[in-house]
Amino acid sequence: MMTTTKTVAEKAASKPTRRDALRTLGLGGAVAASMPLWARYAGAQTAEPIKVGFQVHRTGIGAAYGRWYDRTTSAAAALINEQGGINGRPLEVIAEDDGTDPKRGAEVVEKFAAKHNCDIGFGTLFSHVVIGSAPRVGELKLPYFVVSEGHHVASGMLNRYTLQPGITDVKSQVQAMAPFVADNLGKKVTMVFPDFAFGHDHRDYFTAAIEAQGGEVLEHIAIPPTETSFTKYFPKIPRETEVIYHVMVGPAVLTFVKELGEFFGPQRPEMFGFIDSLEAVDIGSPGLEFLDGTYFWEGNPRYAQENQSEYDAFFRERVGVDANGASVSDPRDVSTYAHMFGCWETLHVVKAGMEASGYRGTQDRAALIEAVEAMTDLPHSIAHPQGAKVFNGKTHQVFGKQYISKVVDGKMLLVHTTSIEDTFYPDEVDYTTQSL
Amino acid sequence: MDFGPYLMLAIMEGALTAAVLALTASGLALVFGVMRVVNVAHGEFFMLGAVLAWWVTQLAGGSPVLGFLLALCVVPVLVGMLAAFVDMTILKRINYDPERTIVATIGILYILQQVTLMTYGPEARPVAPPFNARIALPWIDMSDGTLRLYWPWGLSITSYKLFVIGAACVVLLGLWALMTKTKLGLLMRATEQDREMALAFGIPVQRIYAIAFGLGAGMAALAAVLIVPIQQAHYLMGGDPLLLSFIVVIIGGLGSLPGAILAALLIGLSDGIISIFFSPTLAKIFATLFVAFVLVFRPKGLWGTGKP
Amino acid sequence: MMSDSKKDCFAHGGVLLFLFALQFFLPAYHHGNMARIMVLASYAIGYNLLFGYTGLLSLGHAIFFAAGLYGSGLAISQFGFSVGVALVIGVAAGCVLSAVIGALALRTEGVAFMIVTLMFAQAGYLTVLYFGEFTRGDEGFVLAHADRVLWGVSLSDQTSKYFSAFSLFCVSLIMCLALVRSRFGKVLIAIRENEERTQMLGYNVVWYKFCTIILSGSISALAGATYALLFGYVGASFASVEYSIYPLLWVLLGGAGTVIGPLVGMIFMFYLIDLSSGVTTAYMLVAGVVLVFLAVFAPQGVMGEVRSRIWKWLS
Repeated sequence: MMTTTKTVAEKAASKPTRRDALRTLGLGGAVAASMPLWARYAGAQTAEPIKVGFQVHRTGIGAAYGRWYDRTTSAAAALINEQGGINGRPLEVIAEDDGTDPKRGAEVVEKFAAKHNCDIGFGTLFSHVVIGSAPRVGELKLPYFVVSEGHHVASGMLNRYTLQPGITDVKSQVQAMAPFVADNLGKKVTMVFPDFAFGHDHRDYFTAAIEAQGGEVLEHIAIPPTETSFTKYFPKIPRETEVIYHVMVGPAVLTFVKELGEFFGPQRPEMFGFIDSLEAVDIGSPGLEFLDGTYFWEGNPRYAQENQSEYDAFFRERVGVDANGASVSDPRDVSTYAHMFGCWETLHVVKAGMEASGYRGTQDRAALIEAVEAMTDLPHSIAHPQGAKVFNGKTHQVFGKQYISKVVDGKMLLVHTTSIEDTFYPDEVDYTTQSL
Repeated sequence: MDFGPYLMLAIMEGALTAAVLALTASGLALVFGVMRVVNVAHGEFFMLGAVLAWWVTQLAGGSPVLGFLLALCVVPVLVGMLAAFVDMTILKRINYDPERTIVATIGILYILQQVTLMTYGPEARPVAPPFNARIALPWIDMSDGTLRLYWPWGLSITSYKLFVIGAACVVLLGLWALMTKTKLGLLMRATEQDREMALAFGIPVQRIYAIAFGLGAGMAALAAVLIVPIQQAHYLMGGDPLLLSFIVVIIGGLGSLPGAILAALLIGLSDGIISIFFSPTLAKIFATLFVAFVLVFRPKGLWGTGKP
Repeated sequence: MMSDSKKDCFAHGGVLLFLFALQFFLPAYHHGNMARIMVLASYAIGYNLLFGYTGLLSLGHAIFFAAGLYGSGLAISQFGFSVGVALVIGVAAGCVLSAVIGALALRTEGVAFMIVTLMFAQAGYLTVLYFGEFTRGDEGFVLAHADRVLWGVSLSDQTSKYFSAFSLFCVSLIMCLALVRSRFGKVLIAIRENEERTQMLGYNVVWYKFCTIILSGSISALAGATYALLFGYVGASFASVEYSIYPLLWVLLGGAGTVIGPLVGMIFMFYLIDLSSGVTTAYMLVAGVVLVFLAVFAPQGVMGEVRSRIWKWLS
């Protein structure tokens, strides 16, 4: 498409009226069929709010996450606006539900670019929605800041307009866990994971990482995604297993954990899980007593720890989360604390990028991408309450500390923090070589 | 785990699946049999049962036993009344036309899901089981020509799961008694066999329809109340029960209650047992293809009466 | 006075002309939407051939759509074929699959047919997940811009996207129209209305049904392949049971057994969700209420009502 590379001045000058369009039609079908579409991609209006198109999972399987992503994003936007906005312009969040569906996701980013004239797209969590939307984003040249923790960005599958600067990816998370598991819990691991892409990422990266630590995975147990009862799979767990590594997602995870507990009874091996299984779920729920003494990866500790940073306290207060990780207005409404900080941090990266590039409007989208790519160290601060991070401009992926907590008396107690270096792996792509 | 205990475990898990499925599916079979319509919203009545069970146990406060008993009594009635209301206000007006019923019940499905999302929320919430003791089970081992009883690692079931299986049997017996021994059952069977004739004999067919629809939804809700201490209440949980009970109803032979129950047993058990031999997803593929081929070679269902 | 047959042809030609002209007036957002709508409406046209004209209710058409989607998508991502070849592979995959499933499923009828097709589609969906190494399972994969070029024209460009979608829709609609106006089509309608009588008149009913399944499956696969090539994403959600229900819903809304109904139903459903989601977050509720009202007040779908009340000659 020849159009989006034009500057806004050119666009404004050549912006046709409806009569022009009609005249063009008169010229005949063949010419008309190839008529450029700049008419429809009108230029930006300055001195307007900066519009952030927020792709939110309000309905569908991601709704529990979406609700907290929504709250965190609103809190971050409110804070940024209190501090004077971005380049003196207020931030406006335009939320559209994608139904946690890749098809609708692609339609929604199109709506951001073409209808709402958003400056960026933002906030998607579920990998299939990210991947479904990304081709469209590349075509529309809409900067797309995802908060998905998928490896899809850093794997090189997507394009230069897709970035993940606010949350670490699953590959770095998983490999950073292996040293802790091997040193403290055991070297003979059985993995239980959902039989789709997210689970396969865990399977592949953790298996490699634990072998590098001198451990081994005895058995991979892949659970079909539609499953609602799990006991029948547990006999496949070998007796000599020292650690069970589990990661499940979706509404059936509670059943999974409960049935695992009932299967093992009093004699369980060590257990290590990803908190993804229990995001938005109260650890004190009936049936989860079994988890006491087991370990979890946490993107960000849900329970306020004793040595909690002032930034984490500030973040909690602004989003409206209490010391137990639940809503201040309803203690039963548990947050997705291990992921949602990503929305907050990403919006702050966007702000920093727009300020660094002197962003004025949609004509500066490419400059915004370059400004974000140029970022490296993101210090622990109000903008980055989860911890310090390092952004890799080539792979468009951020790297940061990971937390491991132990369940003690129905609460999660931080027992280990990885270094950022633990999460590094060799670059798999260099997006900066792609044209903007 | 050794093969024997593993098989035993798979069978018990399969029996649990079958019990819940039999309840849900017999509700659908009842509706299908009497009214000759496909209720796409059947799974949503199941979901509603689970969600309402959570509400009721919350309202009842502390005691899980009291809350559960209350839910068991109140929830199916509430859901049944809602379904009867839907029947009288919507399905009646579209004359139980099969295709229009599909569109209308898809609409009801959307409405129920969205209302639940807005009121109950997107989280999966658990209900405490009234009792839940883990029962380790023994196994007999043959070694050196002597029989030996031992307790294999992992072979266990919970008292609550046993209760669910028992309760399902009792309810299904009750349903059978209702259909064969009472006047209401007689009227329903008469309507099922010939609507016109039933009308001619002065049977209030309209009211029978509303009762059948409500009863069917109530069965689904009852199944949900029973399962919710094991699986959690979630606003999208209705999809699978719908699909499975749909399959069960067809395999069992349309509208045939005993057929549906047998088919539920077959599907529930095979689901558990096939998973021993194949990798789980492959097992699911084989299980689905198995259902397809049963129908390809027995198009009227395994115990069908002939009427398609 | 024009003959009814001519009116019918003109009306459908007019629709196509209108869709062609529309691209010059639509604002960018709706321009993009229409491209998507036309591709999915072609899928619904494929579905309508089987359901609306032959009376066979399939609940498993997603497998044909997905066959096209994955056939062409994998041909490009795994084997590096060109777009043209990938399109052919996609359609061929749908064609073969529909022949196999058709041969088996036609042993059944009525609700058993619904379940058999549903089961095959579920097996297909699980197969996509099972071969996650190639398909990336539920996440799916993208087709790079550089791979989506047909005869030197980039399919990721807005204009060519609309034009490709329009071409696909033209092919599907004209094929459907020609078919239902032909002798073959009349037999199909006869089967729908009274299968036993058609059989007694000496028609090989099963053969007609079998051909229709293959045609319907192939058009669905063509739509799926086009979707992958135009929008650059291939994912398992398109093989899920929802995508078997959608065409049924679109067809019922627009009018089963009308040539233009699938398009009308698709547009209706798309904008119902799109517009109501702009007004309220509870758009599913709105959609649900509207569906119930349609079922109550427009039992034959939009175009079906139009046909029975105004244009009796409409195919």
